[in-house]
Amino acid sequence: MIGQLTLPFRLLVACIYLFLLAPILIVLPLSFSNDSYITFPPESWGLRWYAAMFSHAGFAQALWISFVIAITVTILGLAAGVPAAFAIRRRQFIGREFLLNLFTAPLLLPSIVLGLAILLVFVQARLLGTYTGLIIAHLIITTPYVIRIMLTAFSTLPPSVEDAATMLGASPFTVVRRITLPLMMPGFIASAALSFLLSFDEVVISLFITGPRLRTLPVEIFDYVESQTDPMTAAVSVVLVAATLLIIFLIERTLGLSKTIGK
Amino acid sequence: MAAITSSVPFAEAPARRKTFPFLLIALLLPMAIINFVAFVLPVIRLGMISFIESRSGGVLTNNYTLENYADFFTDSFSIELVSNSLILGFGVTLITLCCAYPIALFLHRVSPKWRNMLFVITVSPLLVSSVVRTYGWMVILGDQGVFNGILMSSGIIDSPLRLTNNTLGVFIGMVEVLIPYMALSLIAGFGRLENVYEEAAASLGANSWTRFRRVILPLTAPGIALGCLLCFVLSISSFITPKLLGGGRVFLLATEIYDQAVIQLEWPTAAAISVIVLIIFGLALAVYSRVVKRFD
Repeated sequence: MIGQLTLPFRLLVACIYLFLLAPILIVLPLSFSNDSYITFPPESWGLRWYAAMFSHAGFAQALWISFVIAITVTILGLAAGVPAAFAIRRRQFIGREFLLNLFTAPLLLPSIVLGLAILLVFVQARLLGTYTGLIIAHLIITTPYVIRIMLTAFSTLPPSVEDAATMLGASPFTVVRRITLPLMMPGFIASAALSFLLSFDEVVISLFITGPRLRTLPVEIFDYVESQTDPMTAAVSVVLVAATLLIIFLIERTLGLSKTIGK
Repeated sequence: MAAITSSVPFAEAPARRKTFPFLLIALLLPMAIINFVAFVLPVIRLGMISFIESRSGGVLTNNYTLENYADFFTDSFSIELVSNSLILGFGVTLITLCCAYPIALFLHRVSPKWRNMLFVITVSPLLVSSVVRTYGWMVILGDQGVFNGILMSSGIIDSPLRLTNNTLGVFIGMVEVLIPYMALSLIAGFGRLENVYEEAAASLGANSWTRFRRVILPLTAPGIALGCLLCFVLSISSFITPKLLGGGRVFLLATEIYDQAVIQLEWPTAAAISVIVLIIFGLALAVYSRVVKRFD
């Protein structure tokens, strides 16, 4: 029977998983190489390239820039996306469906096209290579996800729960503080984490609008990989992956992932 | 990226809440401004610039022209770009499907304890930047890379196989980058597959190939269609992996958009190619919706 868990089928699946994980599995040991160039397995082991990375002006600065941008994008994205999702879910008005489609449409545009389109506008607005420009560009990528997640979150909170609290004498402020916010928390955290990760990893659109003085970490890695092949990229990659895993771990510990995703 | 394609259905919004319009506007305004500045305006400007005449060196004029498109369709190089991109799109989609289908089928059959863990492993590469994964492939496939190293030290080959800076390398990298997307789409469509159908077919005398072709495949077809659409669209517009693993020797629509816009500064040309990519997207979407209609 095709697809029964026979030994050949298990082996085939194991090979595909090996293929799928190969690039990640190779980068980790390589980052602990002490060689001047890429050899595998490394001839000597150590933390040389991690030290080099933190003293490399470009990477250290880019890490900080990426972090600042990702945090700002996360906060602003929630500030803009949550009220919009609330209005779309809870209010009746003409053009509701149109607005939802408009707000989530950037997801459908390939990032290479969106990157060029944003470049064409930002070059006129003198926003190229500025924090403002990068933050606005990243917001257009993260907010569709924030809106989608928050729509789901608001739909799991029936207005009747809030009405019940009001009927029992709670002030509007108390209702928000004791009922709405706690029930919304998983949605907020999922949106925030996803926004941070998307912004922190975004590379194509950033490539179009970063300037020589303001470069995000993925752009810096991209340029470095294009011109050099030494194990430093592996060390930077491990830091990038570790940062991602740390965020997911924190969410898992505070909420549980499945709860956050909204199952 | 277009990872979330399912639309969120509207709940029956309570109509009884009367809202002052200014409150509604205040709720929607920040999002509307972001959307306008970074999406609506750029897309309009992209469309306009694709019709603007440019002088040499990328200086924009105020004249509108169809020349950018005419140049594109009469240039043999751009026809090559389109065909390269389409071959990559179809080829990568097909190979990705062949790799992801066994994974999805395995996850469907395996016990729930293993399923959750393997599911996390399947989607975990999505959390790793495509730059990092492509770099990993450069380390593995390069002339002095891991793969060539193993083959040469074991004496199977004398000189390294050319696995990067060419189309083969781009294919390998793209397939790996896209497997999680395909697997997710397939798994979403595998819900309809139940063992009783296969048992019924078996009891009626169908051999395993017939059962696969007549029972498993039709039941999982909607997932296959969705996964193929997603992978085709993502591979047509992918830029990072072709640029790095192609080493500047693989010419695609997406890499050409970047080169024209950032290196040549020929924005009208880049804009015209972008519009053509969007048209290919539209066609793919149209084919998909026709295919899906036939399933119902």
